[in-house]
Amino acid sequence: MKRLKLTLAVVALISGSVPALAGGPRIVYAEKFADRNCGWCHGPSLQGFFKAPRLAGQTSRYLENQLLNFRSHARNDPLAKQYMWGAAANHLSLQMVHGLSVYLSRLYPKPADDGQRALAARGRAIYRGGIPEANIPACVACHGPDAQGAAAQGAGQIPRLGGLSYYYLKRRLEQWGEGYNATASRPMPDIASKLSVNEIDALASYLSFVR
Amino acid sequence: MAIIPRYLRLALPAAVLAIVFATVGRAADADKGTPFSQQQLQAKIQYCSSCHQPSGQGFLGATPIPRLAGQQPQYIKNQLHAFIDRRRVNFYMFKVAHSLNPAMLTAIADHFHALNPPPLGGGPPNLVDAGKKIFEDGVPDAKIPPCSTCHGPEAKGKGPFPRLAGQLYPYIVKTLTNFEKERGQGGPQNPDTSAIMKPIAHGLTESQIKAVAAYLSTLG
Repeated sequence: MKRLKLTLAVVALISGSVPALAGGPRIVYAEKFADRNCGWCHGPSLQGFFKAPRLAGQTSRYLENQLLNFRSHARNDPLAKQYMWGAAANHLSLQMVHGLSVYLSRLYPKPADDGQRALAARGRAIYRGGIPEANIPACVACHGPDAQGAAAQGAGQIPRLGGLSYYYLKRRLEQWGEGYNATASRPMPDIASKLSVNEIDALASYLSFVR
Repeated sequence: MAIIPRYLRLALPAAVLAIVFATVGRAADADKGTPFSQQQLQAKIQYCSSCHQPSGQGFLGATPIPRLAGQQPQYIKNQLHAFIDRRRVNFYMFKVAHSLNPAMLTAIADHFHALNPPPLGGGPPNLVDAGKKIFEDGVPDAKIPPCSTCHGPEAKGKGPFPRLAGQLYPYIVKTLTNFEKERGQGGPQNPDTSAIMKPIAHGLTESQIKAVAAYLSTLG
């Protein structure tokens, strides 16, 4: 029943903005699309699997922006190139990009809980206070006290970080330092490339436990 | 104490001057620091910009991050000292202000003062007219003086009075709503200019705060 309501909500949202395309009214089933396509890598309930990040509960504006960044190739880390450039290419309509993002953002996110417990306290301190001596600002200002991201109208495309997997968080933070995704997500390239290996480990560990 | 608005216009600047002169001497002493390189300065400016934006326009993250562009340098420096002295309460700005070389403050404040991007916008447009009226005329019934008396007719600020033009709508709403909890926390021994705003922020209703914030958020 809940799934049906979600589908209806998404359909209503999409059909509201796209009354009729050429060839008659077309209904886009974001939910079916996600289950049939995204689930292969991101896990059957879209909670993330192995190297593919959790999509459930991610902020919709962030998801939408990332799908467009895959399409424009601004997001250019190796796995993005290998999988997402094709998946988000032009056959995915803008309406579907929007519908998918809204649908995924409404799914309940489960925390990965897979970081190193011993590092969580250090990670929390960096998350909340930054490292001012090294010119690293506090993550909390944009990503929020519960690492929930920002979904408010007018806010930046700021992702939820709480409960993403340790591996994914660590790789994303490392990739900016390696020169990937340099234009896709300012100011993160500047900030992340100043973080040490240990600091990245601590942050990724802490965030994996946040719910 | 019953003050009619006409008197208040004179009384306010007098009270302000007294407080400003009391704090200026301390601020000047604190500006002594160690010499710094141009590279260190640029690194710090980039650090500020990662949240406040390279344009200084401000940013809406999980919390509203205020516009610094065009801000009065003296106000920026006063506030950085206020964070360090805990006269102004803010967990991460306390840490940020602590990490700044006092000798750098003038250069950082001047950098942001010189920027002039358009306002970020986002306030409810239907409140702008009501906000403009409060800004220019005050609310005489509630003994609220016109904001323009101190902040200037174009809300650009002057000296210790902050520029408000183009400030983020949610930031102004938050600041005026929480004024007594965030500003002027130094106690009677350590007063600052925020004492002027305390009764004013207290006297504004929620809808008046929203209106004036909406107006200011549109000003370039």
